[in-house]
Amino acid sequence: MSMLHTVNKSAYERGTLESCVSKAAKGSSVLLIEDGVYSAVKGGAKAGVIEKAMGDVSFYVLGPDVKARGLDEGKLIDGIKVVDYSGFVELTVNNDKVASWL
Amino acid sequence: MSDVKKFCYLNRKAPYGTVYAWESLEVVLIGAAFDQDCSLVFADDGVYQLMKGSDTTGLGIKNFSPTYSALGDYDIKKIYVEKESLEERGLTLDDLQHLVWEDEDEDYAEKDSIMVVTKDELAQVLEEQDVVLSF
Repeated sequence: MSMLHTVNKSAYERGTLESCVSKAAKGSSVLLIEDGVYSAVKGGAKAGVIEKAMGDVSFYVLGPDVKARGLDEGKLIDGIKVVDYSGFVELTVNNDKVASWL
Repeated sequence: MSDVKKFCYLNRKAPYGTVYAWESLEVVLIGAAFDQDCSLVFADDGVYQLMKGSDTTGLGIKNFSPTYSALGDYDIKKIYVEKESLEERGLTLDDLQHLVWEDEDEDYAEKDSIMVVTKDELAQVLEEQDVVLSF
C-alpha cells in the first residue's frame, strides 16, 4: 500500500512538513507544492528534515511552483525530483491514496 | 494635513501562496502616493517576496515580482531585510532582486534600497516608527 503525501506550506512558517515526514511510512512519496517548495532549498535550516528522511521516503517538488518563487533547481537538495503537472497526475495514479497536509 | 508620519510595512509571508504580499504592495504604493515616510521590512518568510528570477507562466497567474523594482520611483528608499531570516532559509543577498532608488541631489545616481540588518537593528527600526502595518 503506497501513499502520496502533499505539503503546501513552508517549513519555516509551520510544522506541517515535519509532521508529515514523521508520519510518512517507508516507501511513501512526499510532493512539495505551493509554499511547500521552499523547504527543498539546500543549506536551509530545515533541509535536514528532508535529508534525514530521504532513505525511506521519495521527495518531489512541483516545477511550476519552484519557478514562480524564483528558486533555481540547482539550489534544491540533491535527490529531490522535479515534476510538472502531468508528473503530479502520475504520482496520484501510481499511489493508492493521497494525503494533503495543509 | 501636512504631517508626515513614519509608516513601516512589515512583510512576513511568502508571495504567491497567499495574497498577503500582493495586498501589502498595493497598500505600500498608496502610502507612498500620499508622500509619507515609508519603509519596508522583510522578515521570516517575507524575505521570499524579493527573490529574483520569478516566472509564474506555469501557474497561469500574474507575476508581481517586477513591481518591487518600481518602489524606487515611488521614493521608497528604505527596504530592510532581516539577516537571520535569509541565513535560516539558505539564502544570501545575491538571491534577491537588486532594488535601487535615484538620488536627485547627486545627478540621479542609483543607490541601493535594500539594507540587510540584524534582528536587533530591526528592533530599532520598528521602535522609530509612528505606524507599523503588518502583512
